[in-house]
Amino acid sequence: MPTELARQARRSALAMCSRSGASHIGAALSVIDILSVLYGEVADVSPHRTEDPSRDIVLVSKGHSASGVYAVMAHAGYFPVEWLDDYYLDGSHLGGHVTAHGIPGVELSTGALGHALPFGVGRAIADKLDGIDRRIFVVLSDGECAEGSNWEAALMAAHHALRNVTVIVDRNGLQILGRTEDVLGLEPFADKWRAFGWEVEEVEGHDHGELGRALHTRSQRPRAIIANTTKGKGVDFMEDRVEWHTLVPNDEHLVTALAQLETNTTEA
Amino acid sequence: MRDAFVRKLTEEAETNEDVMLLVGDLGFGVVAAFGDAYPKQFLNCGVAEQSMVGVAAGLAASGRRPFVYSISNFPSLRPLEQIRNDVCYHGLGVTLVAVGTGLAYGALGYTHHGVEDMSILRSLPGMRVYTPADALECAAAVDEILADPSPAYLRLGKNKEPLMHDEQPDLSTGAPLLIREGTDVTVIAAGPIITQALAVAEELEPEGVSVRVLTCPVIKPLNAEAVHAAATGTAGIVTLEEHTVLGGFGSAVLEGFALQGYRTPVLPLGLADAATHIIGGQEWIRERAGLSTDHVRSSVAAFARRNA
Repeated sequence: MPTELARQARRSALAMCSRSGASHIGAALSVIDILSVLYGEVADVSPHRTEDPSRDIVLVSKGHSASGVYAVMAHAGYFPVEWLDDYYLDGSHLGGHVTAHGIPGVELSTGALGHALPFGVGRAIADKLDGIDRRIFVVLSDGECAEGSNWEAALMAAHHALRNVTVIVDRNGLQILGRTEDVLGLEPFADKWRAFGWEVEEVEGHDHGELGRALHTRSQRPRAIIANTTKGKGVDFMEDRVEWHTLVPNDEHLVTALAQLETNTTEA
Repeated sequence: MRDAFVRKLTEEAETNEDVMLLVGDLGFGVVAAFGDAYPKQFLNCGVAEQSMVGVAAGLAASGRRPFVYSISNFPSLRPLEQIRNDVCYHGLGVTLVAVGTGLAYGALGYTHHGVEDMSILRSLPGMRVYTPADALECAAAVDEILADPSPAYLRLGKNKEPLMHDEQPDLSTGAPLLIREGTDVTVIAAGPIITQALAVAEELEPEGVSVRVLTCPVIKPLNAEAVHAAATGTAGIVTLEEHTVLGGFGSAVLEGFALQGYRTPVLPLGLADAATHIIGGQEWIRERAGLSTDHVRSSVAAFARRNA
């Protein structure tokens, strides 16, 4: 299911950004496999249980990847796929950053960076007090790991041994104005999480098998999965190109991109 | 007032296990009683206010009623975006509690002066703002906060504020509370600076100016109608706050009056638009930062004469 979900979501996200003139397609294509494995396989969530107090919680901190988030969720059945048609347009349900208001299954509105991990830690602490054993998944971008609030919350998650918290970093190495290592270096990135008391695993972030196995693995400590990804994944002229954080695909881009996705049906 | 707050919250925690106290590693000798009595409802989040407010939002999303306690600007300005996005955007029942606002920590320097907080917090959507003048108003504010599951900001003084009431007042209407009757001019104070309003009223009595004095612990939602009614029969309203005059209680009154079409004269008294470099206690800085008793007295007297 994650494979088909990712395939449909890539097509939708491209069409959504092109149609509405929205940015961030590179970030959406980067994170879609992670989200497809979460919603399609690993997380104990369902469109029929969005209010169930025992459901897992998926938080997408990189709110700018909204087109990808919405595309995955619509194709997973959380809301009508037709809602994607007016993404980012006047009066739409769906805005350019992830919003929880009126969108079934979205747990937290995000957009400003560095917000979801502290929130997730709060939910995990409440679960611990309530004796609820469910998982909290927090998807971060790599660029947003410059936000200090993430590291404040990372300290707290380790301090309280919040084993149910799993961070997945979409490590595509690019941010708005350049490579993360040129803008404000994160490396040695895995060591930073380890030093904060987290268990760390690095995976190929477009390999659904690797992602699924890493996400299913449990520990007595909070876990950080560094998912090595390619920004713009699946469209050759967008892949690993800094400008596709910001640029909007025109009609020609869209036709070419959709054709490429049609021929490259297998994941990396 | 901080002791009264912790005492009140400890009482609430006994019957309401959703009530939680989160601290940013502040409150030595003040918060321990709560933590000892209700360890599962107490969380020291460390010196990490952004995370603390995000955590509080997560707890509130799981049904808790967290009170985020720190001093001065640390629970408000430092994590402002978390308050705006995580708390207000989602309409979550998180309460920010700031102890020692205004110039209460005067000698600790401008970093510790909570003098812009009301303006900023007041502008956030759905945020209720309470600025009690004494321990009884503080307890009443906690009751009001818990009666509604929406965001709130509780702006406290420090300690040993004289009591203004015999019993806990009712804040449900948000109406200002009469402390001293008078017939010529009305002074409404926000918070513990009520003591200065009362001192000015005493000093003006022999000069033939009769000053009515009220507190207004509910800054938002402001009951402009009740504020307006409170000044009935007097020349107008002087608002008094240990806070910048830009955007605080006085501004709230002026906005409310403009929207209602009230023409009652209003004089907003507060701190000037300047970071203070003065070192000294609360009274020392008040005297030198535009809130001296002399200045307030002469301003009230002139306002009363001008609008008589």
